[in-house]
Amino acid sequence: MRHVRAFANFLYGFVIGDDPLIAVAVVAALGLTAVLTDAGLAAWWIMPLAAVGILVVSLHRATRSRGGADLRG
Amino acid sequence: MGRDLLLFITVFAACAVEAVEAVTIVLAAGLTRGWRSSLAGLSVALIVLAAIVAVLGPALTVVPIDALRLVVGGLLVVFGLQWLRKAILRASGFVPLHDEEAIFARELADARAAGREPGGIDGYGFLLSFKGVLLEGLEVAFIAVTLGSSQHNVGLAAAAAVTAVAVVAAVGIVVHAPLSRVPENPLKFGVGVMLTTFGIFWGAEGAGVDWPGGDAAILAILAFTLAASLSLVAALRRRHLRTVTA
Repeated sequence: MRHVRAFANFLYGFVIGDDPLIAVAVVAALGLTAVLTDAGLAAWWIMPLAAVGILVVSLHRATRSRGGADLRG
Repeated sequence: MGRDLLLFITVFAACAVEAVEAVTIVLAAGLTRGWRSSLAGLSVALIVLAAIVAVLGPALTVVPIDALRLVVGGLLVVFGLQWLRKAILRASGFVPLHDEEAIFARELADARAAGREPGGIDGYGFLLSFKGVLLEGLEVAFIAVTLGSSQHNVGLAAAAAVTAVAVVAAVGIVVHAPLSRVPENPLKFGVGVMLTTFGIFWGAEGAGVDWPGGDAAILAILAFTLAASLSLVAALRRRHLRTVTA
């Protein structure tokens, strides 16, 4: 059980990393891109804007309350 | 050709960054617990990594290309933004720079403090080296395999990975000390920008997007991501200075 939990922790850190918001928001942006493309609309601009927006929000969350932030690796 | 060059540079830089960290751990294990144990741990970890690449690489080639690009693109954007986040926080002063000498000193102290088993391979040295190389190598192996397979060029990605590891290992053998002069944070920043770029391009293609300008869009995404990231470093640096001087 301990090994399973350790492996799950490793997988979580490996894929999700320091800020779970990044993974969730990237999936949402890709989903929106797919939906708009399916509807015949131009959606190429969503991912570049979403990536920068996600980065801004994630950095803001990491730095808003103090002068430092915690990082893995 | 341009895509291949970007692929080679991205995988090479990502591997170089992680290889620097792995060399630090292998050196610490070798100097304190004996080279036999340290190199045995390194060898077994490299065999495990090679096996993962050998299984994962061909398996990915049977996945339909659009589905592969959607999933791989999404993962690359997540990885890329994580690398960029770390590099920007370090470059702006919110987090201390990764200090290989400090990590080396800590690993040396821990390794010296651990009890030693009599004779044969030293378990602590073996595990320290094995775990360090495997953990540092996994992300890079994943990046190399997914980037290579999305571009139908796993061979080029593997060549870039092997070249980077060989260069860093050769320098580590020559200087016999942690590679603290490697500009790790700028490399991490560059890799973050490139992973995010490839991820945006392939992820959107996998979702059905036709990029204006075709492959040339990669360069526009690269320039946009780089400019935005540099602006964020500058803005956060100013904010950190204000926080420190307030």
